[in-house]
This record gives sequence, structure tokens and C-alpha cells, in this order.
Amino acid sequence: MSNNLDLKKGLNIPLKGVAAPVVIKTVSPDVVAVKPTDFFGLVPRLLVKEGDTVLAGSPVMADKMHPEILFTSPVSGTVKEIVRGAKRKLLAVLVKADVKQEFVDFGKAAPKDADQVKDLLLKTGLWGSLVQRPYGVMAGLDVTPKAIFISTFSTAPLAADMDYVLAESLSDFQAGVNALAKVAPVHVSIHKGDSAFAKVKDCQIHVVSGPHPAGNVGVQISHIAPIMKGETVWTVNPLHVAAIGHVVNTGKLELTRKVAVTGPAAQKLGYVVAMPGMPVKEIADIAGDVRVVGGDVLCGENLGADGYLGFFQNQITILREGHDREWFGWAKPFRPKVHSSSWCYFSWLTPKKEYDMDTNLHGGPRAFVETKCFEDVTPMDIFPIYLIKACLAGDIEKMEKFGIYEVLPEDLALCDYVDPSKNEIQAIIQQGIDLMIKEMA
Amino acid sequence: MAEEMKPGLFEKGGKLYWLHSSIDAFDTFLRVPGTVTAKGAHVRDGIDLKRVMIMVVIALVPAALFGMYNVGLQTSTLYGLDWGFWHMFWYGLLRMLPLFVVSYVVGLGIEFASAQIRGEEVNEGYLVTGFLIPLIVPVDVPLWMLALAVAFSVLFVKEVFGGTGMNIWNPALVARAFLFFSYPSSMSGSAVWVSKTWVHALKGVDAVSAATPLAIAHDGAFDAATGAVGQYSFMDMFYGFIPGSTGETSVIAILLGAILLVWTGVASWKIMVSSVAGGLLVGWLGQLAGATMVPCYYQIVMGGFLFGSVFMATDPVTAAQTETGKWIYGFLVGALAVVVRLWNPGYMEGMMLAILFMNTMAPIIDHCVVSAHTSRRAKKALTA
Repeated sequence: MSNNLDLKKGLNIPLKGVAAPVVIKTVSPDVVAVKPTDFFGLVPRLLVKEGDTVLAGSPVMADKMHPEILFTSPVSGTVKEIVRGAKRKLLAVLVKADVKQEFVDFGKAAPKDADQVKDLLLKTGLWGSLVQRPYGVMAGLDVTPKAIFISTFSTAPLAADMDYVLAESLSDFQAGVNALAKVAPVHVSIHKGDSAFAKVKDCQIHVVSGPHPAGNVGVQISHIAPIMKGETVWTVNPLHVAAIGHVVNTGKLELTRKVAVTGPAAQKLGYVVAMPGMPVKEIADIAGDVRVVGGDVLCGENLGADGYLGFFQNQITILREGHDREWFGWAKPFRPKVHSSSWCYFSWLTPKKEYDMDTNLHGGPRAFVETKCFEDVTPMDIFPIYLIKACLAGDIEKMEKFGIYEVLPEDLALCDYVDPSKNEIQAIIQQGIDLMIKEMA
Repeated sequence: MAEEMKPGLFEKGGKLYWLHSSIDAFDTFLRVPGTVTAKGAHVRDGIDLKRVMIMVVIALVPAALFGMYNVGLQTSTLYGLDWGFWHMFWYGLLRMLPLFVVSYVVGLGIEFASAQIRGEEVNEGYLVTGFLIPLIVPVDVPLWMLALAVAFSVLFVKEVFGGTGMNIWNPALVARAFLFFSYPSSMSGSAVWVSKTWVHALKGVDAVSAATPLAIAHDGAFDAATGAVGQYSFMDMFYGFIPGSTGETSVIAILLGAILLVWTGVASWKIMVSSVAGGLLVGWLGQLAGATMVPCYYQIVMGGFLFGSVFMATDPVTAAQTETGKWIYGFLVGALAVVVRLWNPGYMEGMMLAILFMNTMAPIIDHCVVSAHTSRRAKKALTA
């Protein structure tokens, strides 16, 4: 059975640099990082020391609060370095990969019930791929979610095409869905009826169309089964569904994925076969004063030229840093190089044009003045400005009323983009979520 | 220039650091700041508040230009001076310039000083307010009064609340209200609407009484046969060849501005439409009840109704913020304005007070709309 959902509100940002669906290179692993910072709210406990040998699938760290939750190395090799930051905070475990990869054998048997599925996820290190809403934290151990949501497409700017990325892994994807369906009902959303994912069984299919953020799983949940106080749902990235299925099918942990190299400042556009934790320098050519974003431009992470691809990321966007100052920018009648969704400029004349955007803020921070633009890009049954103000005020009761349970910063990322007052909406929502976690714990 | 001076002198620790907000304002006026995104979305829309505000100023230009011409026209006609078109326009322009200068110098001066004190960037909101104020006061208002009104409004209506975006009332309207209640003899009556200062030939001539159509209609001088209010026909009022505040007279000029504001999405068309609807409805009820003989659509073209609906009621900061709230807010602005016009003996014009009152009420309207929405959501959750 499939349901159709057609969303009207939102905005597709016309950014230049989409990746053509071809593999331009395959990176063989050299040094791979396992980063606790990829998992929101994780306090890690280190399980290895420098010089230890690990297999692909061997645990390297665990959750300090719940030692059953393990985080594993995606490659076999030797622990090269433990990277720590300020106050000895664990930033990464660097593993030097062997030439010949060896895997931990998790056994091929398909899990029969929810406990076996959970057990498998815990020991393979894939538990961390379960994101729990509200708040977008790592899934709780003793939680039974009311549903599990998988969005098989992303509408974010230049996002990787999952139909292409997982074209050869559909049997793994199906096995992953079968496993997750043992825990809770699974909802899979696709963007068009002829998507390869439309044939996936053991789940409810939803066809969702519309501009960004229609592909955001949070937006889909708010229309399919809104999260109310006391309820939890899990969301899983399709990449990780396939990884779960791969473990079920072969007994091996395999995180290798096609990573889209995108963005106006990328030297070569296309897909690179790589693995989370690989240095971005090895995945893409980086030159000049650019910003390397892991993920999309709206809610991706600034990895830096020396960073490592994150656990959840299968896209790298490369942008020029916009330090240059344009004369009379705001006062010019025409600014053909700058995109604006507002009709105060003339971007509406060229709806098909793709823009070479940079990281310039295009203005100074101000108090909220125009706020209708937030509603225009938020296809959810909430009043964004009231939620934002409740987060700023730290008013728990109001945040609850205005829908804090339903949103993650990524769902309101477009508000960052369109705001003429240049407020950091995602940061404000995160601040609200942090407060909720602290107060409701 | 500003860039060369910036290092050292105006930076933190520099001798003139206390001036950094002002320097920054001029600097960013000339060039887009080089700031890059630090968190959140990595790319941003080209729009900023400077652009939004300049759109409103551009939308006001037709009304301002026509108003200048009309200042000359009224003086020329009523005193029998027989000026040509350019003569009328130049006279109006020269009469209006000092008002603009005073409005901007006093207002921006206080804005800059407040930004300095708070250590923030100077906000662009006053670009619009400063342009609005000269358009909604009588052209002969003494400049010192205007300066006082501007200072009062910027200080006590805007800055004490935290600047643009934080204010409850429309600052331009409060400046007008300040003048209206403090200096009624310069702000109302039939002698103030036509400029005669600066015309040498008129030295010593008594002010010609030139009541606005609104005042004439208030006194009941409406000719049902010709549809004229006093000596002014409906089309006179539509084109704007009538005495009144500089910006408010021409319906055509205001509509041009309204088209730009709605097109760019800077102002809410919902507020404009519902305000006109409210005015028409109450005007019609007033006609039925015998409070006036003037047809209801005259209420829209007389006085400051349309100017208020298009430029003042739609101020996004002081209007209702929810979309449903905007319909209610706009409707009540229009309805109240005509109620004041028809059912009170004192003031001819109700628009100013209606908007200020609804500014006060806007948060309550929003509160009701949002509460209704959240309780509907809660019910949906229970039944789901």
C-alpha cells in the first residue's frame, strides 16, 4: 500500500555543481578515523590503545553510559593514533588500514526477533546509525519506537541520488528493512513511483513530492505520524539500512559507499567510492580558499581540508569562502551572480539558472523583521517563528506546544537561508533541543 | 575610505573604538560585509534588511513625488497664483526637503547614538520611518516640532524597546500622534493643509481655509447628485488633487507603491485587502445607519486610509505575525478607522489611531490564533 504526500512549501536552492552519476575514483583505505563526534550526545569510552590490531567490525569504543553500544572500525589494521582535543576530549581514533582487509564474522543467520536485531546492531557498531526523535539523539536501549522511518531520497542541495548510490545494494536494503521491521513498523518514503525502492517489501511505502525539505525524514514524519509527547520514532539513513542488510546477508560489516563530490568549487564532479572516516583530501581535490562541507550546504558539517568524512555523510560539497566585499551589493538593481528567493531581487527571472554561491553571509545580523519567509519554507504544521522564539526564551512549555518534538535543526535549515535578518535558526533550535534534553532527562 | 581608517583606530582597543558602530554602518552601506557563515547553513540568500527597507522607500517614491507636485498645486490653486507644472513641483520639493532633512538627521542621529551605546550594528529600519514621517504631516509643520516628534518617537517607541524589530508601535505613526496631541493647532483644522510660507506674494495674506474632503464630509457637505464632497469630485480624490498630508492624497501613486510591496512580498497583501474590506463594510453600515451620506468607497479614497493600509498597517514588526492574524488585524484596522471617522465628534481621521490601537492588539490576535492552532493539534493527537 502506498500513500501520496504532495508538499507545496519549501525551496530548492539552485546551487551549481551537481554530481553526474558516474564513479570517478575508488579510494583504497589508508588511514581511517572513527569519530565519536559523529554521534549526537555520545560520551565515548575508548576500548583500544595505539598499536592494537583491529579487524573490520572490531569495537574501538563504546558508550560510557551503555557499554553494550559499541562503535567499530570499518577497516582492519593497526590503531595509529588516538586524537584528543581540549580537556582530553576524544576526537578520533585513527586506524592504519592493512593492505588485505579482514572482517569480523558476525554470522549470516537472519535475526528472528527484535532482541536478535538489537543484539546484531549493538555488536556490529550499527546501533549508532539509529537516530531517535524527538531530539535527534542516538536510539535508547530500552526504547521501543512507535515506528521506524526511512527516507530514500534527499531534496537537499546537490544531495547524492540514493537510487544510483544503492542501485547494486537493493537486496541488502531489503534485508535491512526486514530486520528493522522486527523492531517496529517501517515506513519508507520514495520520491517517485518508479523509484527502485518502490518494490521494497515488509514496510509501508509513501510517495512524497515537493521542494526541499520534502525529502527530510522529519518533515515526512510530521505528515505521516506526528510525534507527540512521550512518543519516540527512529530514523535510519538508507545507507545504513543497506549496511545492516549486508551484515545479515554476509556476516560482514561493510560501510563502503558512493560519496557524491559536489559544489561550485569542486574540481571534478562525480561519485567516489569511499568509506566514512576517510580523509576528505583523498576523496576530493581541494585547492584554494575553499570550505569543505561534509553533507549538504544547509546542514552539513564544516570538515576542513584536513577533516574526515563523517559516519552519516555520503556527500562532500566544496564552496569558495566568500570574504570578498561587493560594492553597493544591496543597492544594485541587478545582482546576477547572487541568488535570492525573495522577489526583492530578480532571481525569479531565471528560474533554471544555477548559481556559483559562496559562504558570504550577504548582510549583518539583525532582529527578526520579516518572518513570513520562515513559514513559506517550512512544510510542517507548526509556526516556525513562535517555536524559534520559545527556544530563544528557553520556555519548555511553549517549546512543547509549538512542536519541538517534531523538529531537528535540519528541518528548519532553509530558515537560515532565507532570513533577511541573518539569524542562526538551526543553532537556536539546537539550543532549544539541548535544553529539552537537559530538563526532561 | 572607511576601510582604510578601520584597522587600529576603530577596532577594539583603538582610540576611536567607541565610534565603531557608525563607521561600520557607513562601511557596510557601501559594501557588503565580508562576513562568512560560521554555523548553520553554509550559503545564504542575497536578501538582507537593507534591501527590504530600500524596497519600501522605493514604493513610497511615487506618493512622495506626487505629493510634492500637489503641495505646489494646492498653493497655486487656492491663492490664485497660476504656476506652471515645474513651478508647482519645485515649490513642493523645496518645501518638503527640510522635512526630510530634519527627519533623517534627528532620527538617524539617535539611531547611531543608540547603536553605539548598545555596541550593535546600526539598523536600517529608520530609512523607512524617516521617509514616512514627512509624508504624513502637514507640509508647513514647524521644523522644531517635527524634530521633537521624531526624537520622541525614535527614543521612546523604538530604542527603549531595543531598536527595529523590537518595537510595539509604528514609530512614524507615533511621531504623528505626538504632533497631533501636542500641537493640535499645527496639525488639524482647515488652515494647515495648504502651504503658504515661502511665497513672497502671500506675506501678510491670511491663510485660506482649505478643509480636506474628509473634514468637509464630516460636516455633511456631500452632494448626492454629483457625488462631490464640497468642491472635490470623486476623481479629484482618486487622482489626489486635494489638500491633505503630502503622501496620502493620490490613490494612484499609493497603488503603484502597493503593487511593488505586494510583488516583492515585503508587505502583506492580506493586511491591505482586509483593511480595505473592513473600511468598506463599516462605511456601508454607517450609510445604512444614517451616520453619513457619503458612499462607503469614498472612505477609502479620502484622507489617509489607503496610505495607512498600504504603508503603515503592513509594517511587519508591529502588525500581526500569523497569516490568519493578518486577516483579522487588517480588517479591524480598516473597520476601526471608519468607526472613528463616522461616530466621533472630535477627530476627522481615524486611521492613525486605528493602526496604533491595532498595533497594541496584534500580539493578542496572534496569541489567540496560535492557541487555537495548538489546541487543534493537541486534539488531533488524542484522536489519532
